[in-house]
Amino acid sequence: MAAISATRPVTVPVEKAMEPILVVDDIFKRFDTQDGGLVAVDHVSFDVVPGEFLSVIGPSGCGKSTLFNIIGGLLGGYEGRVSVAGETIKGPHPSIGMIFQEESTFPWRTVIDNVAFPLEIAGMAKSERLEKARHFVHLVGLDGFERSYPSELSGGMRQRVSMARTLASEPKILLMDEPFAALDEQTRLLLGDKVLQIQQELKQTTLLITHNLTEAVQLSDRILVMTYRPGKTKRIVDIKLPRPRTSEIVGSDDFGHYVAQIWNDLREEASKGLKDDESRRGGAKRK
Amino acid sequence: MMARALIVRQVVPFLFGIACFGVLVVLIEFLIKTGLINRFIVPLPSEIWHSFGRIIVEEDVPSRFLLTCTEALVASLLLSVVGITLGVLLHRITLLRLATETWIAAMASAPLVLMYPLFLVIFGRSAWTIIMIGFVAALPPVILKTLEGLAGTRQVLINVGRSFKLTPSQLYWKIFFPAALPNIFVGVRLGMIFALINIVGVEFLINFGGLGQLVNELAERYDLPGTYAAICFVILVSVVFFIVTERIEQWLRPGT
Repeated sequence: MAAISATRPVTVPVEKAMEPILVVDDIFKRFDTQDGGLVAVDHVSFDVVPGEFLSVIGPSGCGKSTLFNIIGGLLGGYEGRVSVAGETIKGPHPSIGMIFQEESTFPWRTVIDNVAFPLEIAGMAKSERLEKARHFVHLVGLDGFERSYPSELSGGMRQRVSMARTLASEPKILLMDEPFAALDEQTRLLLGDKVLQIQQELKQTTLLITHNLTEAVQLSDRILVMTYRPGKTKRIVDIKLPRPRTSEIVGSDDFGHYVAQIWNDLREEASKGLKDDESRRGGAKRK
Repeated sequence: MMARALIVRQVVPFLFGIACFGVLVVLIEFLIKTGLINRFIVPLPSEIWHSFGRIIVEEDVPSRFLLTCTEALVASLLLSVVGITLGVLLHRITLLRLATETWIAAMASAPLVLMYPLFLVIFGRSAWTIIMIGFVAALPPVILKTLEGLAGTRQVLINVGRSFKLTPSQLYWKIFFPAALPNIFVGVRLGMIFALINIVGVEFLINFGGLGQLVNELAERYDLPGTYAAICFVILVSVVFFIVTERIEQWLRPGT
């Protein structure tokens, strides 16, 4: 078993031979609330090398989405530094493509027009952008649905449209925030296959924020486990499962071993979250 | 299969609506004939039907219909342009919104039509008086619904725009505006109803022309079938405007 246990992020010598494309350096974010300050992210550091698939996993309320918004440039007012290929980001960066947890297709645009959206913004000619968009529609397996509207598609198909739209902007880094959270387990596994296929085909550097263990192990090269509030790095685990992978991997012994190992870390944090939630609800009730 | 689905979704409800209307008309005819409804207050639907031809020829309905339609169209265009612009301004300038939103909401329920003498002084006894009363009275719902639509734009769609580095103007035209369109059109339709009520009301009051004046004249002559037939033409104006706005909405925001 190649999992690495540590209280601080542990680097892997082979991967470190490559220059990291994304560096998250000592990020600290505090929110002012009515009850005082709330530290959402507490000095989190990690980096991602080109082509790598890194997942950030943690219980609800550990600051995963805050981290997602900081890396995506949607949230400011934090300490630390996020850089892409050596350039410090100070807002949304063209090298980072974001896929959101909530349904984010534009309901007034057809599938093809949704996918072509970033190309339209970039000023690409219509025929050229539609041709390119068709390629990404094909990549996510939605051939034949080009002229459909999102309201005519299932939740999984809509999420694939969002994925194709983000991929069409050809980002160096794909940043995903629990993109399959609203889907059922079977669709989630099958979409995981699609993500794996695309990631392996495009050698796409990917950072996935998730609370789903099987999803994280199925897709990732490394998994960063976060603690419950304040969100710190608890451990980084190397996933040495063979590639190319499919969802069939979930039946293997190694897969089960990784899941058990990460759950061991996560259970403690999730329990803290649950207790915290119960005590807050109890306090609110007493008031 | 597709044609069958289309029939079930569109043609059947339309035919059912017509059938319901037909049943209602027959029921009213029956209730009047049996004396349960006073025929000196509500004329027989069959008499109303026969009076259509008469008032079209004798009362020059086409030109009156055209005048009311034109006034309603100009008022609708004005309130769309001004109302949507003000809604956008209120969305962009928080201070302005906080300062004026309650007043605008209060204005929506104010009987502005009673201010028609003031408008007569300003615009004279012309179609502009009628148009401006319709426009002013109908402005609040357009402003408020535009504001509601823009403010209700889902944060995730805004974040998608930001992640693609859209400029503020692109964010407005590519995301906020299309996302808010269903609400904006609800506002415009409400505004049109307000405008039409006020336009016909003022035509009625100042005897300037249009369908409102016709309703007034026929009522004074106690021509009840004619009065009800004229009211049907007012309803027709409303129906035409509804169909047109529906088509514009489908064109501007397909897929919904």
